[in-house]
Amino acid sequence: MTQNILEIKDLHASVEGKQILKGLTLTVAPGEVAAIMGPNGAGKSTLANVLAGRPGYTVDSGSVSYLGQDLLALEADERACAGVFLAFQYPVEIPGVNNTYFLRAALNAQRRSRDEEELDSMAFLKLVRARLKALHITDDLLHRAVNEGFSGGEKKRNEVFQMAVLEPRLAILDETDSGLDIDALKIVADGVNELRSSERGFVVVTHYQRLLDHIVPDTVHVLMDGRIVKSGTSDLALRLEKEGYAWIQEELAA
Amino acid sequence: MATENQHIKELVKRRYEPGFFTDIESDTIAPGLSEDVVRFISEKKNEPGWMTEWRLKAFALWQNMPTPKWAHVHYPEIDFQAISYYSAPKSGAKYESWDEVDPKLIETYDKLGVPLHERARLAGVAVDAVFDSVSVGTTFRKELAEAGVIFCSMSEAIQDHPELVRKYLGSVVPQGDNFYAALNSAVFSDGSFVLIPKGVRCPMELSTYFRINELNTGQFERTLIIAEEDSHVSYLEGCTAPMRDENQLHAAVVELVALDRAQIKYSTVQNWYPGDEHGKGGIYNFVTKRGDCRGERSKISWTQVETGSAVTWKYPSCILRGDHSSGEFYSVALTHNFQQADTGTKMVHLGKNTRSHIISKGISAGRGQNAYRGLVQVNKKADNARNFTQCDSLLIGDRCGAHTFPYIEAKNATAQIEHEASTSKISDDQLFYCLQRGISEEDAVSMIVDGFCKEVFKELPMEFAVEAKKLLEVSLEGAVG
Repeated sequence: MTQNILEIKDLHASVEGKQILKGLTLTVAPGEVAAIMGPNGAGKSTLANVLAGRPGYTVDSGSVSYLGQDLLALEADERACAGVFLAFQYPVEIPGVNNTYFLRAALNAQRRSRDEEELDSMAFLKLVRARLKALHITDDLLHRAVNEGFSGGEKKRNEVFQMAVLEPRLAILDETDSGLDIDALKIVADGVNELRSSERGFVVVTHYQRLLDHIVPDTVHVLMDGRIVKSGTSDLALRLEKEGYAWIQEELAA
Repeated sequence: MATENQHIKELVKRRYEPGFFTDIESDTIAPGLSEDVVRFISEKKNEPGWMTEWRLKAFALWQNMPTPKWAHVHYPEIDFQAISYYSAPKSGAKYESWDEVDPKLIETYDKLGVPLHERARLAGVAVDAVFDSVSVGTTFRKELAEAGVIFCSMSEAIQDHPELVRKYLGSVVPQGDNFYAALNSAVFSDGSFVLIPKGVRCPMELSTYFRINELNTGQFERTLIIAEEDSHVSYLEGCTAPMRDENQLHAAVVELVALDRAQIKYSTVQNWYPGDEHGKGGIYNFVTKRGDCRGERSKISWTQVETGSAVTWKYPSCILRGDHSSGEFYSVALTHNFQQADTGTKMVHLGKNTRSHIISKGISAGRGQNAYRGLVQVNKKADNARNFTQCDSLLIGDRCGAHTFPYIEAKNATAQIEHEASTSKISDDQLFYCLQRGISEEDAVSMIVDGFCKEVFKELPMEFAVEAKKLLEVSLEGAVG
């Protein structure tokens, strides 16, 4: 049996003393795209941030195993180097720092941690060109400062591009569809689909079903009040889109 | 989120690498300042009578001046009688060849990485090194002489080119200009002198390296650079001092004169000892730097990276006298721990169609206080003067401060003056973004700071830019994480 990418067991986590995750359990197998849906305030973004190790998010109990190792014992940068990637909901601007330079620093930091040789500018540029081509995106973002002055769509496209270069084993997409028009959404979704592989697991956090029209998930999990309360296939997402979350609440109450 | 505080708590294990002391015998006069001391210095240097008189006039002016208090810096009052005003390596100041120079001195400069001697040849930089108060050697003299360039110590210039010194010394910064300039004029011990003749493009970068070594000495060097018509020169200045618990005073004066269509580019990387993490010790850096764009279409450009000193008080300025002349000021000033900096520039537009451009980047970490103070003055006859000022501050942690004091005086209605200012923090979000991509916290901070300083670094000569970048990294060690 192949090892799961991610096994979350009975995870409790809080932010500023407020309990947000209340016993969340979730498994992601290699090659699986798991969609996490749920109403506002259910804990979707908290889950994404806890997995990435964002400071300020406290794990109170439970365990997270990533490729068999204890993810929670690692610092944020160590998690990244181990192959955990978070596509941010709001990618931050870093003025004056060239996008290409930033990405090369990131890739080389990750390669160093794996005892692999660092890529020089030429080798890196070659890699970048190949990835751009595979994702059918233009290189206009490369020469600008990290996210500086990027439109919403450009920022999300840049996240997917970074993902393509860094080649994570676990990619977490935090509301990647928010604020995108349909064209931008399609570019991002196509990029993600391009990166789907039997080696890689995805956790796609989204509020709306529409992203899942383009990135068809293998599993859909409903997150409510800090727990996964229902799991199913992409049909579940369609039903949620039509009927909302009330029926699940009723089911739970029954 | 509370992470930043946690990080800041783990503050500072910063090392000051040039903080060694060279044990070398030196001639140092007893502390104290009087007319006799001024005469002593002048005599010691075999100066002509007019030079002694010039110094004495400065001393008389200084005695009647109050210490300036307007800068946004705080430090205990300086006892000017407790400072020794002359210190020279004992073996004598002038050397006919490098073989005569005390090997310990050369070793010191080696440690500092000053490209003297043969290393200079390789590096292609001509260096004048000032140790405590005396110039100890100028490299590349022959090559420069062939181009007609005069590059020597100020003491030598007074002996060998008195007519030039008399004509230009004090013509940009007069003896009575300000308190510290007056003090410098009275007691300056050495410095560098440069003359680029008409139409000559100086064949290499010129450089001075300053080093304060002796205890309780002040360093008062005087630099004078004259670029004649259609000439061009790029000049670099670097500074270090040993680590000491006591504060030491550095009060330099730099005068630049650019005649018609001449260009002077003056770059400084200042790394005087900043004091320890409790604010003990460090250099008081009170410096007057001014350039006079005397000729039409002349250009003076100041670039400075200020990472050292306990207190910095410095405003490299441009007098835009010639029509169509232009002045530039690019600055990165970093304050960490208890460092304080009040720095900026003055752009005085006198000629027609004059331009000035100011980019100032202040970085504060720890309890550092950083102030930008700038004056843009457009006088009545300066038709069509234009200025652009951009003044950005970056805060690291929540106990530091950034302050901006822009002064604008426009007496001519055709003036166009633009001022942009911003203050930002290295945010937790930026740090986490970098971490999430696998970049360590330390690398993330230097990357963000480097990005912030980019516009200034690109003005520095290549090897200086690399040094400046490294210096910022070292200076910020422990600022976060």
